Amino acid sequence: MALIEAKNVCLGYDGKDVVTGLDFEVQKGDYLCVVGENGSGKSTLIKALLGLKKCSSGHLHFLDGLKQDQIGYLPQQTVSQKDFPASVFEVVLTGTLGKKKLFGFYTKDDKRAALDNMAILGITELKNECYRTLSGGQQQRVLLARALCATRELLLLDEPSTGLDPVATEEMYELLYHLNRNHGITIIMVSHDIRASLRYSTHMLHLRGSQLFFGKTKDYLSSEAGRIFAGGESNA
Amino acid sequence: MLDTLILVFSQGFMQRAVLGGIVISLCASLLGVSLVLKRYSMIGDGLSHVGFGAVVVATALGFAPLAVAIPVVVIAAFLLLRLGESSEIKGDAAVALVSTGSLAVGVTASSLSGGMNQDFNSYMFGTILGLSESDVVLSIAVSIPVLILFILFYNKIFAVTFDENFSKATGVKVELYNALVAVLTAIIIVLGMRLMGALLISSLVIFPSLTSMRVCRTFKGVVICSALVSVMCFLVGICLSVLYDLPTGASIVLANIVVFFIFWICGKIKNR
Ligand SMILES: Nc1ncnc2c1ncn2[C@@H]1O[C@H](COP(=O)(O)OP(=O)(O)OP(=O)(O)O)[C@@H](O)[C@H]1O
Ligand SMILES: [Mg+2]
Repeated sequence: MALIEAKNVCLGYDGKDVVTGLDFEVQKGDYLCVVGENGSGKSTLIKALLGLKKCSSGHLHFLDGLKQDQIGYLPQQTVSQKDFPASVFEVVLTGTLGKKKLFGFYTKDDKRAALDNMAILGITELKNECYRTLSGGQQQRVLLARALCATRELLLLDEPSTGLDPVATEEMYELLYHLNRNHGITIIMVSHDIRASLRYSTHMLHLRGSQLFFGKTKDYLSSEAGRIFAGGESNA
Repeated sequence: MLDTLILVFSQGFMQRAVLGGIVISLCASLLGVSLVLKRYSMIGDGLSHVGFGAVVVATALGFAPLAVAIPVVVIAAFLLLRLGESSEIKGDAAVALVSTGSLAVGVTASSLSGGMNQDFNSYMFGTILGLSESDVVLSIAVSIPVLILFILFYNKIFAVTFDENFSKATGVKVELYNALVAVLTAIIIVLGMRLMGALLISSLVIFPSLTSMRVCRTFKGVVICSALVSVMCFLVGICLSVLYDLPTGASIVLANIVVFFIFWICGKIKNR
């Protein structure tokens, strides 16, 4: 059964539709890239998947047991985080809070999970470093480790490569591919990087007012939407 | 000099001032860490002016000042945080609006009721040396729950301060913790007004955390350092004011400013 199933979903703000007619499925182990122009509703869709926003019509169905607290989320960085005094370990640990009872003291298991996830992302030796002094790529890894503490099931990423240089971007994509392949983590990623999307993803979802395309990545290029959108950029 | 201090501090009014001052400084600095990091520094200032307005109006109408001020300031704290989220009036503008508005109401009310008398003065500039027994009991009774709540919810407050969206997405009740911080801040500000006065209380909230952020590199470090800096500056300030006959509230703020610059220089040297 599908991990997530969208049936004729419409999303909008204040009664105005942003995207309509979303119909797609995400299976366990998929790597879905969501593409589309600015303002086409990609971030809105992510919010809906996170349960921060209700569908104005239609149905978003989650597989039983996939609760909100089992979704890992890598949001866009906010400005205030740039000079936030916090150690890497402190930041990663907050990923375990969602599953928590009332007060949220960290248990031994939480700390072990945080260390494990830092090891997977290769940031173990940054444990006591200050978050604000890290490079953009290192900061993204820290936030990814935090997201992994929240879930080992599904990761949602909204333009994870923003602000990274080409090398760090490439590393980020390799890392996500590794998590998807070797750890079986389902990934849904919003991306403007059409080349990388085509290379790593298993499925594509293309939005513009409505759903222009959903399907396997290899079918995307031969589709109408794919030819128009990817055509210009893959030559560049 | 030491003799003078010992003599002064053996008196009841001074011991009350120290006790009340320490607990309020401690709470203000802890809440300040979260507010400063969320870019809400000016909320303390705005709320203290709301508190001033409420106190003046309450006094003019013959009600107990604190009993009116605390609920009014709590409501104002909610409104300001809510306004900060909506896009129509941005956070700092909303604070300025509420802050100047309440000052105007306060000043008008005081003039209608017969001019600035001693009470209004004391709320503007603080009366730490004139705390009554019941003031101190109230300060401690309120501060202890604030401290306990802060410690119990420390990790969640950190998570929500660092990244509200992520916390929301992983099922942390973000609104609840924002509301918690707002209520606690409002209460501490109203009580702090008695000490430092409406004009200076916001510096009790802002300075210690800004100071610690110059050198500390972890959230825990900032929290602990802020608490220590706040209490130390309070003690130094009150000693100075006794020795050299200076206004107490202003001396405490000056002590905070000096420490801020010392930490700032240390931070510069350390990062080189
Ligand atoms: N909080 C909001 N209130 C009202 N309208 C909104 C809100 N957030 C987004 N919108 C509108 O919804 C539309 C889709 O926004 P969304 O952020 O989902 O686009 P996007 O595909 O993520 O764009 P980008 O590529 O720039 O990130 C936009 O037209 C935007 O103006
Ligand atoms: Mg977006």
